[in-house]
Amino acid sequence: MDPPLGDLRSESGSVADDPSGSSELAVGKGAQAAIELYSETGLGADETVDITKEREASSIDEVLDRLDADLVGLAPVKTRIREISALLLVDRLRRRYGLHSARPTLHMCFTGSPGTGKTTVALRMAEILKRLGYLEKGHLVAVSRDDLVGQYIGHTAPKTREVIKRAMGGVLFIDEAYYLYRPENERDYGQETIEILLQMMESQRQDLVVILAGYKDRMDTFFRSNPGMSSRIAHHLDFPDYTLEELAAIGRLMLAEQGYEMGSEAEAVFASYLERRMRQPRFANARSVRNALERARLRHADRLMRGGGVLRKADLVRLEPEDLLKSRVFDDPVISGAATPT
Amino acid sequence: MRITQGAFSYLPDLTEAEIGLQVQYAIDNGWAIAVELTDDPHPRNTYWEMWGLPMFEISSPSAVLHEIDRCRQAFPSHYVRVSAYDASYGRQTTALSFLVQRPEKEPGFRLDRQERSDRRIGYQLHAYAADRPHGERYGA
Amino acid sequence: MTAQMIDGHTADRIQSRWGPGVIPYAQMGYWNPDYEPKDTDILAAFRVTPQPGVPPEEAAAAVAGESSTATWTVVWTDRLTTYDRYQAKCFRVDPVPGSDGQYMAYIAYDIDLFEEGSIANMTSSIIGNVFGFKALRALRLEDIRIPPGYAKTFQGPPHGIVMEREYLNKFGRPLLGATVKPKLGLSARNYGRVVFEALRGGLDFTKDDENINSQPFMRWRDRFLFAMEGVERAQASTGEVKGHYMNVTAATMEEMYERAELARDIGSVVVMVDLTVGYTAIASMSRWARRNGVLLHLHRAGHSTFTRQKNHGVSFRVVAKWCRLMGVDHLHAGTVVGKLEGDPNMVQGYYDTLRLGHVDANPIQGLLFEQDWASLAGVMPVASGGIHAAQMPQLLHYLGEDTILQFGGGTIGHPMGIAAGAAANRIAVEAMIKARNEGRNVLEEGPEALRQAARRSPELQMALDTWGEISFNYESTDTADVIPTPSM
Repeated sequence: MDPPLGDLRSESGSVADDPSGSSELAVGKGAQAAIELYSETGLGADETVDITKEREASSIDEVLDRLDADLVGLAPVKTRIREISALLLVDRLRRRYGLHSARPTLHMCFTGSPGTGKTTVALRMAEILKRLGYLEKGHLVAVSRDDLVGQYIGHTAPKTREVIKRAMGGVLFIDEAYYLYRPENERDYGQETIEILLQMMESQRQDLVVILAGYKDRMDTFFRSNPGMSSRIAHHLDFPDYTLEELAAIGRLMLAEQGYEMGSEAEAVFASYLERRMRQPRFANARSVRNALERARLRHADRLMRGGGVLRKADLVRLEPEDLLKSRVFDDPVISGAATPT
Repeated sequence: MRITQGAFSYLPDLTEAEIGLQVQYAIDNGWAIAVELTDDPHPRNTYWEMWGLPMFEISSPSAVLHEIDRCRQAFPSHYVRVSAYDASYGRQTTALSFLVQRPEKEPGFRLDRQERSDRRIGYQLHAYAADRPHGERYGA
Repeated sequence: MTAQMIDGHTADRIQSRWGPGVIPYAQMGYWNPDYEPKDTDILAAFRVTPQPGVPPEEAAAAVAGESSTATWTVVWTDRLTTYDRYQAKCFRVDPVPGSDGQYMAYIAYDIDLFEEGSIANMTSSIIGNVFGFKALRALRLEDIRIPPGYAKTFQGPPHGIVMEREYLNKFGRPLLGATVKPKLGLSARNYGRVVFEALRGGLDFTKDDENINSQPFMRWRDRFLFAMEGVERAQASTGEVKGHYMNVTAATMEEMYERAELARDIGSVVVMVDLTVGYTAIASMSRWARRNGVLLHLHRAGHSTFTRQKNHGVSFRVVAKWCRLMGVDHLHAGTVVGKLEGDPNMVQGYYDTLRLGHVDANPIQGLLFEQDWASLAGVMPVASGGIHAAQMPQLLHYLGEDTILQFGGGTIGHPMGIAAGAAANRIAVEAMIKARNEGRNVLEEGPEALRQAARRSPELQMALDTWGEISFNYESTDTADVIPTPSM
């Protein structure tokens, strides 16, 4: 009898080969070797370790500080990341004494509206995990349903595995993960992706951190229908929408990065802009701020060119109220009665 | 009998960590990595079965170790090799290849001789395992 | 400068290029410092040692002239040609640093001067006449640049490095070989025993020596048949492809073809010839080898008669270029550490010349020109002569992975036997490749990796104990002068 070559070629049999998703299959020799590489034993109970030095050596503070500087607000998220960093650092010290605690599960779920910093935090998270020796490479592979789910029978498993293999050693970030599950279609291939993910999240814990991301309510629904997934996610981080003040601060940060500034008048106009924009559909937090500023730069440039003549540096740097006021946001009849600062 | 194809057959079988280091070398060189298997050890058997497609965009050896594990689980008594492929111009061929699994018992080859005219001999290399059908050659 | 050389001629004759009699080569147009070499020109660098009193430019122009159109006197029939195209032009002369009285002359030859695909023709032109020229005390052809247009008229290696590896199914490590010893006197049956033992022990190839042809103690046909028995037995006992370089060198092409055909018919993957058979014979064997799917090994027998002396002859890097053009799959190119001549830099230059698709000029390695091989396949360089397992770190460091390391004495002289000697070499090379791939520095940490491997291998331990201290430290006769790269 010929071996199941079809299985080899398409890998379509891979899920069926292992219906239980059992972990002993995959905590194979590779996993054990990796664990052995991690373990450092030897210190006696009376010997000491210096946590401050260890912290400096890992240089995680650099990343944490950058996180603080780059991202406005998000206090609960930042706290949780500090906690995770501390846990991994302490684990490292414990291993010096031969204390073996289970490797912590770090699969996470980031919920929040678009533009609330989920991808940025995931990137930093990957870097921190690398610096603490939890992940080997610390790269981020960001995907969505189309990257994982195939179009026909036998297509999905290799596609999903391919993506997971690319992410190994780093973080797999699945945006709008709930689209993997389509309850209205029983034969949807997304289910196959979920099963492989579950299996790999368990068996490849030492090589892979999965972060699912999306709107909170939809993620909740997704987890209700996929309890297996829910139980494998150790950390749920909620990214709240930014307040008006936070958005204004984000705007200032972005402008400063690009060598622009606003006077107090323009800032007031910008605040009023944000207030209106937040109430409109498809508001995407920081992303909308970025887009608004991009458009303001266009108008600024257009204004300078029309004006002609001699310019100073300040003219090139400074955004004026009119660069913002021309936005369609201010045309909205519903709120057009609002005061327009002059 | 021990078949000595591959780059490291005269050394003790590589541990998982050692395989990982070789794979890392391949990744660092930008080579694609393939896992292949066979139950026909003939030295001219070029085309071993491919365990999935070659891996082109991986960052970590664990992706390969994972596939090696799956392959070994599915074919516990086949030969399994890892091949790294260099696609750069002027090369475009396998750059490194080594065994990561071999059957517990390797019966080896019989050498058949056919006597021909003017003292020439026609040689035929015959793998004992090949007497059994494909898929049943090394027990399980 | 010209007056003393042309005494008896009047000034206005000197002015005229076409006056009858003898005028300096430089004045005939063979010295042209303003000439800008064309991409299609063949370039040559000669180390010129003029006779006392001969100005370097004139000596260099004479080399250009005598290796192209000139004769000793003016001939009016030059004027029936576009002579300025056919004249070689020396466009640059530099004193050689540190060598008084020696000059590096750069000469450009138009591509029209050479017959397509003929090393015989190119060598007859460039080194045909000029080396005996009286006005020179010594002359050495240091390097040549073959333009892609001319390179493309040659077949190149019949198979090349990539095809050889795919054919042998051996990747990622140097190949290993051994020359059967003693060179002379073994009967065919005993000879085949050495082949079998060395191959089953772990080598990839065994080799006839250059002077093993068809002598009274062992005729070629018997040797081929017994050697093949050894090869086949070794294949059966290892599951690997093995080969024995069957030396088909003979007195005539007809005999060489006859021998090669038998080698092919009985299943040999490789045949060999010696450099002594000549360029045209080698080119013919190269065509035969490609047609018949058999690798062609070239032993550079006799080359040192003209490559070794620094001031006279032809550098081996030029011979290597000719060999790549006429097409061989293997070429002996030095060991750095073994018993035969070879400065490390120079040897690395030969290796690059044979293997790379594009070779940059690198005067430190004696490479005076950039060379684009126009997709001609690479030649596998062979390191052979006085090397042993303990040198594996240096061998891998200097020579790299695409090479054949041949341990003749270092296999057959092993105290535990030939197969043990072969195994020691194989274990050493595998351990070294493994260590290198693991990110260890081969030169520094290699010896330790070898000792570690030897703990599990009595064969390797014995090899290290026997030869560990042996080295051949003699000063190289052919070394680089640091020479400014020609600006082209």
